[in-house]
Amino acid sequence: MTSAHAHRDVKDLAESYDVIVIGAGPAGLSAATTVSTFGAQTLLVDENQTPGGQIYRSILLAQAADRRRLGGDYWRGREIAEAFTRSGVHYAPATTAWSIGPQHDEQGQVIGHEVGVSANGTARLIRAKQVVLATGALERPFPIPGWTLPGVMTAGAAQIALKSSGLIPEGRVVIAGTGPLLYLLAAQLIDAGADVSAVLDTTPKENWLKALRHVPAFLVSPYVAKGLRLLRKVHRRTKVVRWVSALSAEGAGMLKEIVWIADGQEHRMTADLLLLHQGVVPNINFSNAIGCKHAWDEMQLAFRPWIDDWYETSVAGIAIAGDGAGIRGADAAALQGSLAGLGCAGRLGLIGSDDRDRHAAPLKAQLAEVTRGRNFLDTLYQPSRSFRIPQNPDTIVCRCEEVSAGKVRESVRAGAIGPNQMKVFLRSGMGPCQGRFCGLTVTELIADERNVSPEKIGYYRLRFPIKPLKLRELASLPQSDSAKIAVLADLADTHHSKSQ
Amino acid sequence: MHREPDIVVIGGGLMGACVAWGLARRNLRVCVLDEGDIALRASRANFALIWVQGKGLGFPAYAAWTKTAAADWPRFAADLESDTGIDVGLDQPGGFTLCLSDRELQASVDALEQLREQSGALAHPYEVLDHAQTKMRLPAIGPDVTGAIYCPLDGHVNSLRLFRALHAALLSRGVDYRAEHAVDTVEPRDGVFIVKGTWGEIRAPKVVLAAGLGNAGLAPMVGLDAPMKASRGQIVVTEKASRFLRYPIVTLRQTDEGGVMIGDSEEANGASLAVDHAISSVMADRAIRMFPLLADLNVVRTWSAFRVMTLDGYPIYDQSQAYPGAFIAMAHSGVTLASRHATILADAIAAGTIPEEVSAFATRRFHVSACA
Amino acid sequence: MFRRAPDRIRDQFTFTFDGMPITASTGDSVAAALLAAGIRACRTTPVSGAPRGPYCMMGVCFECLVRIDGVGNRQGCLIPVREGMKVETQKGSHVLTVEQGS
Repeated sequence: MTSAHAHRDVKDLAESYDVIVIGAGPAGLSAATTVSTFGAQTLLVDENQTPGGQIYRSILLAQAADRRRLGGDYWRGREIAEAFTRSGVHYAPATTAWSIGPQHDEQGQVIGHEVGVSANGTARLIRAKQVVLATGALERPFPIPGWTLPGVMTAGAAQIALKSSGLIPEGRVVIAGTGPLLYLLAAQLIDAGADVSAVLDTTPKENWLKALRHVPAFLVSPYVAKGLRLLRKVHRRTKVVRWVSALSAEGAGMLKEIVWIADGQEHRMTADLLLLHQGVVPNINFSNAIGCKHAWDEMQLAFRPWIDDWYETSVAGIAIAGDGAGIRGADAAALQGSLAGLGCAGRLGLIGSDDRDRHAAPLKAQLAEVTRGRNFLDTLYQPSRSFRIPQNPDTIVCRCEEVSAGKVRESVRAGAIGPNQMKVFLRSGMGPCQGRFCGLTVTELIADERNVSPEKIGYYRLRFPIKPLKLRELASLPQSDSAKIAVLADLADTHHSKSQ
Repeated sequence: MHREPDIVVIGGGLMGACVAWGLARRNLRVCVLDEGDIALRASRANFALIWVQGKGLGFPAYAAWTKTAAADWPRFAADLESDTGIDVGLDQPGGFTLCLSDRELQASVDALEQLREQSGALAHPYEVLDHAQTKMRLPAIGPDVTGAIYCPLDGHVNSLRLFRALHAALLSRGVDYRAEHAVDTVEPRDGVFIVKGTWGEIRAPKVVLAAGLGNAGLAPMVGLDAPMKASRGQIVVTEKASRFLRYPIVTLRQTDEGGVMIGDSEEANGASLAVDHAISSVMADRAIRMFPLLADLNVVRTWSAFRVMTLDGYPIYDQSQAYPGAFIAMAHSGVTLASRHATILADAIAAGTIPEEVSAFATRRFHVSACA
Repeated sequence: MFRRAPDRIRDQFTFTFDGMPITASTGDSVAAALLAAGIRACRTTPVSGAPRGPYCMMGVCFECLVRIDGVGNRQGCLIPVREGMKVETQKGSHVLTVEQGS
């Protein structure tokens, strides 16, 4: 078996693979490594320069100082990335996957998938019998007044800057929101020497009550000791403001001041950097555009794709592992990736079902172990209504097209009863981010205005390319005779395509 | 609390909304039954051209109908704006067909000459331009453009704002618009029509089938028919770019918001909406040869949609002989013809008689000789 | 608003932002290098002209769009910055000029 080697140029990739894995976080790395050990020709496509995803970003480049700064949990990614490096998986870093469509045989039967990839201005369609999406999570939208001002970023962004470039926030830094990552980031930044002026905790009081019944499972979970240690550290080293019920960022073209309400009182603080976080949600752009079935998760307040025991979606040959299938965290993602890899190996006939199940049993046991206590966290850190469904009509909801919450509500009353009609009315979700930072907000706003469940409202129907592609790249893809006829009818033979 | 409407319009796309608005302006109580958020909405996928050039070869009434539709668009847009305050971005500077080979140009010229012979003085004006003449008017064209046809009557609108304006207009005229009211059956009984869906039923003395592709199933229920053929089109859309093109090109236009739309393919496919990258590639390739400066623009969306395409490609407007009061209205060119649908067609439906100008579009043309 | 951990100052080189020379470290993305240099806004929106800066740093928000070596609307957080790179503020929508295509 050859060791994984980077193909900088998509031109070097094979025409087809047994398995294409998209995403090089813990789920993708594990899926690719696992399935390739059973002899599957495997390609892993990832947008970043090096393996690790967001959670283990730059892990193979990290030095002792990074380990001290980022902690043991981060360092755990090294083993996963190194195992991948030793595997026979073909690796395409700095490569964007932008579409997945069915591949048909001459009788029109679906025999696999065709994955659109692009790097350095060259696009190609690569075939695969099985595809594993490991595209992870993204920050839940945090639509507050002023969240579009330069100087306001996601907490995850600060963590990425810390991991990939060793950037440490300085000046007056405020971290606001809710969720386990909030305190983790605060602790990491404080350890790295950042001046964190305040942590504004938006966790609603009533969540503690609701979370009580999940305490027993939580107490025996791996989160407990870690969580308490973080909380203590943050409380000792910076000002923590609890029960924040409203928040906004102010400034003329640049963040100047943060305004919040806690215990009925308005407070102000000048700030240079505001880091927002209220949990992460599955990144469903790919699975949505493919047409996989999704359901609304009432606990995590997000849509997630339907999957079976082997992480296969409602579309045969497309599996989703890791946070993209529902938020379970990095340790669970790695295990899910291995299980999805076993599932692929089984569907490819590289492994019998008995063998597959035998390999899977210990992984499933570990998965149950590492996800224990998750219900407590999900309940405690469920972001409050007012931070998900903007109350102020002027708050921007769609950052790209600059659509406000008030406009969305108005349009519901004018007949735009769902997110796709809303696109037509307001262009919300039609900018370059393709709804990633407004989709959930728009769904919940419409649901609120119509007084029905988000499940019933549904989500944007997304279109390929799910990441932008240059027109010249699209023009370079193979052109069939039937395609020329579709565009030019009986003049099709006059179309002399460039032979690049 | 809803009184029985005078008329039920089935379909809330461009056709249904135009007809409903027209009827409401004539003070009729109108109820529009529309589908939900996810539906085969040709109105959401259109190319937003108001296009006269080359239309109506073999069907003079259609050539005339299209021409008057374009001529009447400014008034239609102004009326919409006065009802809603929404400017639909109408611009009719004339439009081009850009040709990338002499044969393409010749094919266009031949078709237009035939059209001129057919329609005589009523034929639309046009100019045939060579590369240099085209470049004078469209400086961004590439060397592969061999020539162009220019017709001064063509134009375009912002189709998203048009859609929104029509909805706002329905609201302002008190139309009872009901989303998530897909219609399963229409039953004629004792001079009224009972329109039913999983949501319940509603009755009215008149009904308009404006359900696009859905008309094929509904029409036979009221003694009408809607012979259709499968037609799938694909569109590529880029990110917003600075203004480089005011004129609509039949296969390419820049919206007033800056995005570039590239169309338009046609396949006899009524089964799958999966985007065919090979078709996108041909369209993208031609777009770059027409305007090389587009090569580095980012594509943000591609999609395919089924056209509302009748068997011969021309509109169908008709009233049921067996059940008078039941009307059918469907057309592929829902944007171009919007000004007719909201006025003359709505008037005809309100009056209950189809005037001469519209009678050529009755379905009997499919049952007599093929000369129509 | 950011400073760099001393152990991460590596193989420094220079690129320009709107003509201004900026020092970057090997491994930086364009967006990270701009943040390290104290630059918060890197574009204005095509809709209202409002200034925007890097927001997610992971390729999904499209707020860090910049012009790089003459090509508009590139995602600064996904592109490694290189010596001599000419990075510019993305002002509104992608600028098309006739010369660019000929």
